[in-house]
Amino acid sequence: MGADTKSNAALFDCRDAYVRTVEELAVTDDRIVAVVNDSVGSSKLGKFRERFPNRLINVGIAEQNMVGVGAGLANGGKIPFVSGASCFLTARAMEQIKADCAYSNANVKLCGISSGVAYGELGATHHSIEDIAWLRAIDGMTVIVPSDPWETEQAIRAAASHDGPVYIRLSRMPVPALERTSTRFEIGKGEVLHEGADVAIIANGTMVHRALKAAAALKDGGVGARVINMATVSPIDKDLLADAAATGAIVTVEEGLKQGGLGGAVAEFCAESAPVPMRILGFPGFLPTGSASWLLDEFGLNAAGIASAAREVLDKRA
Amino acid sequence: MPDSNGTSTGTIEDRAKHVRERANWMRRRLLKMIVDAGQGHPGGDLSATDILATLYFDVLRLDPTNPLAPGRDRFVMSKGHCTGALYTAMAGRGLFPEAELASYLKPRSRLNGHPNRTYLPGVETNTGPLGHGFPVGVGIAVSGQIDNADFRTFVLTGDGELQEGSMWEAAMFAGHRGLGKLTVIVDRNRLQQGANTEDTNGLEPLGDKWRAFGWEVVGVNGHDHAELLRAFDAAAQPRDKPRVIIADTCKGKGVSFMENQAGWHHGVPNPEQYAQALAELEAEIA
Repeated sequence: MGADTKSNAALFDCRDAYVRTVEELAVTDDRIVAVVNDSVGSSKLGKFRERFPNRLINVGIAEQNMVGVGAGLANGGKIPFVSGASCFLTARAMEQIKADCAYSNANVKLCGISSGVAYGELGATHHSIEDIAWLRAIDGMTVIVPSDPWETEQAIRAAASHDGPVYIRLSRMPVPALERTSTRFEIGKGEVLHEGADVAIIANGTMVHRALKAAAALKDGGVGARVINMATVSPIDKDLLADAAATGAIVTVEEGLKQGGLGGAVAEFCAESAPVPMRILGFPGFLPTGSASWLLDEFGLNAAGIASAAREVLDKRA
Repeated sequence: MPDSNGTSTGTIEDRAKHVRERANWMRRRLLKMIVDAGQGHPGGDLSATDILATLYFDVLRLDPTNPLAPGRDRFVMSKGHCTGALYTAMAGRGLFPEAELASYLKPRSRLNGHPNRTYLPGVETNTGPLGHGFPVGVGIAVSGQIDNADFRTFVLTGDGELQEGSMWEAAMFAGHRGLGKLTVIVDRNRLQQGANTEDTNGLEPLGDKWRAFGWEVVGVNGHDHAELLRAFDAAAQPRDKPRVIIADTCKGKGVSFMENQAGWHHGVPNPEQYAQALAELEAEIA
């Protein structure tokens, strides 16, 4: 566990919020089904299977068929939550995600488990750092990266209510429950979790609590950093981005590839609508062996790295 | 054509005669579409025409005025490039106006080169890349199995398409689930885009492969409408096994110079060839 998660705050595995919510939805809505690729355990769906044995569809180790079957279940009127390790779900079944789900506008909910570098030591085959870039490039695909248990629950509920394909990127890395004043989650809307007018730090997923810690450190040094939780990467909240650009400096941070993900989405908006100095924090490419926490620290995806990037980009602004 | 209970009436011979006439119309109409558009896939269209005609003009239980009714029979065109055959069948069944066939492949036409459900109600899923429709069809059948629904799901695949790995993922799972209301038809014309399937990546023994995956296998002449009608008979299908109909077909069927020629996978007839093709098809029903 990295330095950023060593505190007295309780830590949560967001998969628990995911399965709890899917089970709750399934009680009152018999259209809810779960589809897995032999990933009942890693998706934590064992209890769902006990409660709804007919509604847990395990296709075995066959991701292309899993996503196609999900699209077929949606055709039959079901709301399928298709879960698997995000590295396999997205990469192996990419054309099914494009053609069967997005292009066909099928009502499929794709849940990428153990995303990012959660499987740190297992190496680049099992890292899922490209998924945000891949999925957000697909027209009509909603991409959500929740930051904590509350937001995971909200994202699952919003996805179930949303008519169309959604990718929800879940981690198994423990995160604290974030303090927030809003009790409302809306697809396509980001939220400001910490006010500041000098620089905007835009993060999502496991990076949000690290960004908040960075903002606290910056504040001690006299820098006002606004922290934006941009859970929905696609469609992105352009109003909030315009406000962020008005600070004059932006840092993005994600547990994913530097190219094409959240940082890419923010950069596209800024380049066209609000040019502003930026730093994009993420991984540079295939990663060496190491634990998830070591990888995050090694590549500056921690509070110190985020604060340092914020100071650098502020220098550029001046 | 089936009534509201999904039951077709008349003798097999009468029903086959009706389907035969509609198939002949489809062939003439789809060739005109390809000539007018200047592109298309006539070889595979003509190979699949009799299968589609049998489904759309006799077997499928669907209401053209309510094409998304939850209880409809599903037809999934896994060999999505053969839209000449699919669109003529759908228009002939009344799912959209026949006059719209003239828009085939034109800018912003609903009649895209590959079928699109968001453009055209009645298309169940967007296909085109091979290996996609079958897994989706399996998912549809699983949905029906969970609900104990009585609709049937039909999937038409090319034979070359069976070289895609996703097809066998789907076949394995459908056999495992015992999807008794799922019927797959293999358009076994033995020609893929470039060459004979057996010279490319051989499929035989094809029936044994399906049987090993837990399927009931039926072989038919894919241009014999009575044989097709019998193979589609719901009562004859086991309740706990999916059925595959391996339909022996001829790529380019009905137009002498196209038959069994890989070059007509996506060729376009010139005016003389088109006139000859029409003359041959008109003679068939004269």
